[in-house]
This record gives sequence, C-alpha cells and structure tokens, in this order.
Amino acid sequence: MSEKKAAPAPGDRVVIGLTFGNSNSSIAHTVDDKAEVIANEDGDRQIPTILSYVEGEEYYGQQAKNFLVRNPQNTVAYFRDFLGKDFKSIDPTHNHASAHPQEASGTVSFTIKDKEGEEADPSTLPVSEISARYLRRLVGSASDYLGKKVTSAVITIPTNFAEKQKAALVAAAGEADLEVLQLISEPVAAVLAYDARPEGEISDKIVVVADLGGTRSDVSVVASRGGMYTILATAHDYEFAGFALDKILMDHFAKEFLKKHGGKDPRDNARSLAKLKQESEATKKALSLGNNASFSVESLSEGVDFASTINRLRYETIARTVFEGFNRLVESVVKKAGLDVLDVDEVILSGGTSHTPRIAANLGYIFPKTTTILAPSTTPTAINPSELQTRGAALQASLIQEYEADDIDQSTHAAVTTVPHVNNAIGVVSLSESGEEVFIPIVQPETAVPARRTVHVAAPKDGGDVLVKIVEGNTHIKVTKPEPKANGDSKAAKVEDAADSDEDSDFSDDEEEEEEEKREKVWKIGSTLAEAAIRGVKKGGKVEVTINVNADLTVVVTTREIGAKGGVRGTISA
Amino acid sequence: MATVVALPLPALPSGWSADKDFKVVGKVTQDHATQRTIEPVGPHFLAHARRARHKRTFSEDDRIQAQERAKKVEENDDSDISEPEDPMMLQRDAKDWKSQDHYKVLGLSRYRYKATEEQIKRAHRKKVLKHHPDKKAAAGRVDDDNFFKCIQKATEVLLDPVTRRQFDSVDEEADVEPPTKKQLQKGNFYKLWGNVFKAEARFSKNHPVPSFGDDKSTKEDVENFYNFWYNFDSWRTFEYLDEDVPDDNENRDQKRHTERKNANARKKKKAEDNARLRKLLDDCSAGDERIKRFRQEANAAKNKKRLEKEAAEKKAAEEAQAKKEVEEKVAKEAEEKAKQDREAGKKAKEAAKNAVKKNKRVLRGSVKDANYFVSGDPSVATIDAVLGDVELIQAKIDPDEIAALAGKLNGLKVADEIKGAWQEEAKRLVLAGKVKESELKAFN
Repeated sequence: MSEKKAAPAPGDRVVIGLTFGNSNSSIAHTVDDKAEVIANEDGDRQIPTILSYVEGEEYYGQQAKNFLVRNPQNTVAYFRDFLGKDFKSIDPTHNHASAHPQEASGTVSFTIKDKEGEEADPSTLPVSEISARYLRRLVGSASDYLGKKVTSAVITIPTNFAEKQKAALVAAAGEADLEVLQLISEPVAAVLAYDARPEGEISDKIVVVADLGGTRSDVSVVASRGGMYTILATAHDYEFAGFALDKILMDHFAKEFLKKHGGKDPRDNARSLAKLKQESEATKKALSLGNNASFSVESLSEGVDFASTINRLRYETIARTVFEGFNRLVESVVKKAGLDVLDVDEVILSGGTSHTPRIAANLGYIFPKTTTILAPSTTPTAINPSELQTRGAALQASLIQEYEADDIDQSTHAAVTTVPHVNNAIGVVSLSESGEEVFIPIVQPETAVPARRTVHVAAPKDGGDVLVKIVEGNTHIKVTKPEPKANGDSKAAKVEDAADSDEDSDFSDDEEEEEEEKREKVWKIGSTLAEAAIRGVKKGGKVEVTINVNADLTVVVTTREIGAKGGVRGTISA
Repeated sequence: MATVVALPLPALPSGWSADKDFKVVGKVTQDHATQRTIEPVGPHFLAHARRARHKRTFSEDDRIQAQERAKKVEENDDSDISEPEDPMMLQRDAKDWKSQDHYKVLGLSRYRYKATEEQIKRAHRKKVLKHHPDKKAAAGRVDDDNFFKCIQKATEVLLDPVTRRQFDSVDEEADVEPPTKKQLQKGNFYKLWGNVFKAEARFSKNHPVPSFGDDKSTKEDVENFYNFWYNFDSWRTFEYLDEDVPDDNENRDQKRHTERKNANARKKKKAEDNARLRKLLDDCSAGDERIKRFRQEANAAKNKKRLEKEAAEKKAAEEAQAKKEVEEKVAKEAEEKAKQDREAGKKAKEAAKNAVKKNKRVLRGSVKDANYFVSGDPSVATIDAVLGDVELIQAKIDPDEIAALAGKLNGLKVADEIKGAWQEEAKRLVLAGKVKESELKAFN
C-alpha cells in the first residue's frame, strides 16, 4: 500500500499522465511543456485495457486483446468501471466474451488461471488486484520508455466517478507503486490538452466535450473562463458508444456471410463471434480513415474463410441510428446546462469513437457555423481524440509535480474549488454603427469569481469626453422568422426556384425557408451598475476597462485612456 | 489579454457629473451568483488556488509572480559562480596542475561534483573574461598568463567526463568527514551520517542511491540502505594520483616499471578506499539506533513465541509440581495415619495382651484362691487337672471372653462360686463345640 513506501519527494518525482479507460488506456509525459503520448513496447499508443494469462505468462494490451479469440476465459477486459463498485451495481454485458465477473468476498472478482501448469488452481482476483496489475504494466512501459522509474501520475476519471471508486483507483495505483498526484476529470483534461497548445489561446468560451468511448459516452458542457474550467452539465450514455458501431458491422458481415456461404451463423459460436468482433473493430477504424475498408477473417465459421468490403457510405447508412443517438445525447446535455447550441463556442470530440468522420459532421449540423468542431475530420489541426485526455493529464502532472502532496490536497480542497459564479454578464455599453446601444460583455456569465477581465474599447471617432456605463447583461435567443418579402431579397433562391418552376417546389421551398429561420444570440442590456467618465480622450484613442469581481461579488471598475495617465476607479459594493 | 472592441463608447452626455467621475448606480444582486465547483486543473486554476490560499488579489499576485520570475532570471545569471578569488590561488603555477583545485580555480567550489557542464562552461567564460593575458597586458603586466593557464587546465580537466571523474575521485574537498563521537553526542546522528553518505554517493555507479533516512525510516528502507552500501559499486579511480610516466622513448624499462608501480598503487588505493568505506559503514551501523531497535523488535517477535512456549512449559511444570506435592502430602498423611493406626493397634494389642495376661492371672489366681476346689492341700494331680482345664479354656476363648470371665471371677471369693463360674464357662464352650467334654477334667 501507499503507506508502505513514503511518497517521493517533489524533486525526485517522475510523472506521467495516465488515462485508465474501460476499453483503452494511454500514457503520456511532457517534453518542454508539450505533452507526448508514450507508445508501449508493442508500439501502441492506445493500449487496450485487457489482461490475459496464458500458462502463467501475463499479457496486456493488444497482445492480451488478441487472446480474446483463443483464451477468453483467462482474459480480463472492461474492468475499469467495476473498480470500487458492488457486484450488484455493475454491468457485465461487455465481459460476455471474456472472463466473467463474479462476486467474491464482497467485491467484484474474476476467476482466471494465472499460474503455470495444467493443474494449477485458478485464482480469484478482485478487480482491484487486476487493476493494480494492469497499471503496473502501464507504469512499466512508461518507465522503460523514459528510462526512469515512474513514481507519480495524474489519472483521468469520468465525471461520475464516486468517492469510493476514486479511493479504489488510488489504492490500486498505490498497489502498483504509483503515487496519484491528482485525479482529474476526463472532459477537463481534454479541454486542457487543447488550451495548452502553444497556439491555443485562453478565452472565455463554452465548450462541449463529447467523450465517445468504447463502452460508454460521456458528454459534458464546460465553461472555460480565462483558463478556469467549470463543468455545467454532464450526461452519460452506455448505449451509444463504440461497441454499438461494432455490433452493427458485426451484424452486417454476419448476414453477408450467411448470404454468401450459408451454414452456421458465426454469431452463434463464441470463437467466431470474437473473430467477427475483432475484425469489425479493425474495419470500423479503417472506415474512419478511408472510404473503403476490407473485412476478412480466416475460418470465420466452420472453417470457411470470409472476405468482404464495405464503403463508408454504406456504413454510415447502417449505423445511422447510432450516429443520431450521439447527436441527441449532445443536444440533451446542452439543454441540461440551460444553454442553447448558439452559446456553445467549441465542441471537442474525444475518445476513440470520435475518429468517425460522420459523428463530427453530424455535430456540425446541430451547432451554428461559428462553433468550432474539434475533430480530426473537421479541423486539420485537431489533436488525436484518443490522446486528448492523457495529454491533459500529462500537462497537469507536469504543472503540479513540484508541489508537495499536501499542497496539492489543499489546493484541490472544496474550499478552494467551490466559488461563486456570476450568472449575468457584466459589460459596458457601446454604440453600434446605427447608433444603437449594444452590450459589450467583459465578464461572461458562469465566470468563477474572483475574476478580472480587461477590454479595450474604441472611443468616439472625434475623441472628447466619453461615458463608460457598466451594466449587467444577459442573452436571449432571437428567432427571426423569414418574412414574406424575404423571398424577394434572396435572388439566388429565386433562380433555383425558376429552374424547378413547379407548385410542389414552391411548397418545398416554403418548408426550407421555415427551417432556415434565423436564430441569433442577442445580448440584452440589464440594470446599470455604474457610470464613469473619461474626459478628453484623444482622437482615435482607446479606453481600457478592467472589471474585477471579487469573491464577495464587489465589483471594482478601473477605466483609463490607453497611453494616458490617471484614470477612473470605483467600487460597486455587493 | 485584453479583447479589443471596435464599437465606440458613447460620448458623455452634457451635464453628467460625478465625484471623481465615477457614479455607482446599481449593484450586483446576490442571487446572481451560483456556487459551482471549478475543476482543479490547468495553470490558471493553480494561479487561482495560489491567490485563494495566500489571500492575494490579482494585482498582488501579479507582482509577486513577476518578482519570482525576475529572481529566476537573475539566478540564470552568473551569480552562482561568483566566488572571491584567493590571492594565493592567483599566484599558482600552472605546472603543478595536479595539485590544483580545479573547482576552486573556476569559482565552483560550492558545487564541485554537482556542477553541471553548463556551469563549468559559464564559469570558464567568466574567468577567461577576467584573466585573459591580453587584458593583463593592457594593464601593463605583460606575460602574466600563469593563472590563465590554470583556468585552461581546470576547464580541460573538468569538461572531459573521463578526466573529471578522475579528479572527482581524489577531490578531498568534497569529502565529508565521518562525525566524531563528540559531534554525535551533540548533533543529529542521522543528519551527520546522512551527509557523509550523500557525499560518498557521488561515486556510485548505480542510481538512485538510497537515502540514509531518519529514525522514522522503515526496516525495509534501512536494510535497503545498508545492503546498497555494503555492495557499493564505486567508479572511484586513483589514476589522478599516478606518478608521471616518462614518455621519452629512451628508457622503456623505466617506463614499464613506473606503469606497473602506478597500477599497483591504484589497486592498493582502491582496496584502501573500499576498506575505508567498509569501516565507515561498520562505524555507522554500530551506532545506528534503528538497527538495534529493529533487532530488538525482531527478537521481541521471535522471543515472543519462545517465551510463550517457555511460559507454558513453566506453568505445566509448576502445575505438575503442585500436583506432585499434593499427592505426596496426601500419601504422607496416609502413611502417618497408617503408622499411627499401627502404633495404636500395637498399643491396643499390647494392652489387650497385658489385659489377657492379667485376666489369665486372675483366672489362674481364681482357681488357686479356691484352693483348687478342694479342702486341705490339693494333690498334684488335682492341681494339674484344674490348671489343665484353666489352660484349655483360656486357650479356647478369646480375650474378651477372658476379660468377661475374669470380671466374673474377680469378685468371687468362695470356692464353689468360682467353680460354678468356671463350670458355666466350660459348659458354654462345650455347647459351642469349642471344647469337648472329655478334655475337661475338673470343670465337667
């Protein structure tokens, strides 16, 4: 246990970021403040979370995964989610094709033959022991890669991990001789991985993180405010995940096999099913990259080889229900956060299933064009979605490795992390071109206080005295229905209509128009908090407005003309 | 950091005025804040945590951070290699570079084996800038390049990892002398010895070197430490102290001789060094309270079983002893009782015997008193017959009956009565079949 060995001194730590997933795990470290994912000795950066025992020999990762076909009863897979849980509350569905979980001495256990010899008794290992053994292998790989013994790690966990699960994970890591510096939630790790890029800039934005994994999908809405992250809402789904896509491909190819060769259904035989699943997964991955993918299994069923191909369009057609499920999931969580899709500035796709181009494209349709969808198929500079979390963890690990464990504990204490968040935006009033008053948000809603924001606002063209009016503001969604005369405006649409020149097309046109109703996010000016005057601003000058919201919600406003001395400072008490 | 907004601010309405040009109109309502948990992740959160924990405001934190950053820059400066130069050192002759302290020459005597290559390079550069002969020439001291040569030599030795190790091996300045008894009495055992081993650790081929720890170290750690040090793999070499090998080609034998001598000297020194380290360890472990404690604990654990066993045995033995004693006591008592009984029986028997004797005398006396139941001098035959009968009866009856008979006869003085009693007795005996009538001569 961790008590046995004293935690390494901050200076002696060798840290990594670790993602311990239900399907795959990965490890990363930082080089010159840049995260780098470590490949294990097999060259995998995504290491299947599977342990397999063959004649007393322990295999993990891809090698163990391959044993799902030949040695399923001594292969343990999909066990992460069982950590720290009762047997009653676990879902053993995914373990059907590997070692089955059992209840033993009050915990979830697996009975496997992990010792050499035919007659060796199978051992019953609790999931904590399995996890510890698996983590030990991961740490071993990282140590081999780095050439130094890895002592500590930051581990990512889903947002719905209970305290007991966290404790179990920390204990398992301790068993594997690994100090857990911090457990960070997966979506935030993904956001951090993007924000920490050299080109990434810290701004106030709402980010939806869709973590689409192998056995579960977790979607969160994160308010990123000046580099501080607050999770506004989360949703977890165990139906629409990578395995559902595998299932669709498996069914597809099984049917094709039956059509071609007849005979027995490969899905009825455990070994054939395992082969089918393995190849379907490979085909799915190939379809994320290319337009066509082949599927071939030797001796799929009753010694009959099977080979086929599938193109992406076909795949997207048969998997439509699952893709739509992802869409609904994302929409629901945005709604749960009390936001509109228009409020979302960024969508980060993370997790292995996010490689699927269709999912990113579909999400693009729900969100407005201004929203960036960060997925490999939509944004060329996107980070590999499978590596996001572990990169974030590695970055966090490098940030906190110099702190004493006590310091980390204290800094992550609820007293520090739980802070008030302003509900309404605070900003200044400017004039639009048409002379209307518009709200310029300075402090966005859902910003954690204390907060400080600065904007530079142009002064009137001619300079002179200006009024800085500090107001509260909030948004509403303005829906503009296309008015009849809008038809006249859009000439292009008319031309298209002319081509069809049919009553039906008119009808369909209307329908389209209706769909294209314009939804906008509009700032509404709320109550005025304060007014300040800056006198004698030069022509073409700019005014700097800094708003400090303190923890007790007092607002300190500082305004001055850029380049000029003095300024006006005032406090609005809470 | 600041966003730039192109839309202009409104002009100040005429007639607007306020104290110091700032007017508070409203206030942020309290219910405009929701308590939420921010994720403890990322550099900005760390900044937040720092501010929250140290109760700093943004501007204070900015200032402190800026200061810290500034300090770091300064450290990158040459401040770490600024050491006062010993005037004696400046006079050194570059020829005896073997005896020169290269670190001191470069101003790195604080760092020694810990100095990084980067530091050595910077130190060298700094010294060169100061001591370059051309500069001295400019100051009027021509041909003063002695110390400059020292610097060059020091850099040459320290920048080559091989020669640097050779020098580090014999760099006594970096050694930490083992603490004396006096020091140990006063100071912290663990700290003093810890420093010694920290210095020795620089020779280790294996890393990390386990730390000495303190009195709270676990048994495992302590054992680990001593195992490591007793199996210490050192790269320390003593080539640096070699005698110069003459490199002229004239005297090969001399050359070989020196080489052999050097090799032997190195070997000897290495052996001495190993012995020294061993002694160091022995000294240290001898005074290490932890080892004693662990031994005691181990003994306590081992003895616990033995003691328990012994206690159990002792108890069993005691019980057996007690039992034996009780048994002995009982037996003794029984024996004593038996003895008493026996004695009592003997006494009673004797008493009975005496009583019988007495009674027999009474019986015999009674017939004599009765003058053998005849008047005048009884004849010998009569006496014989009577006494024969008396003897017979006496023999046939038991002491109680003798006593009863004696009681009867005791009070009687008259010869007939006595005879009657005797005859009665004889009759009873005859009736009982103990005596035959024919046997009786006088009392029939």
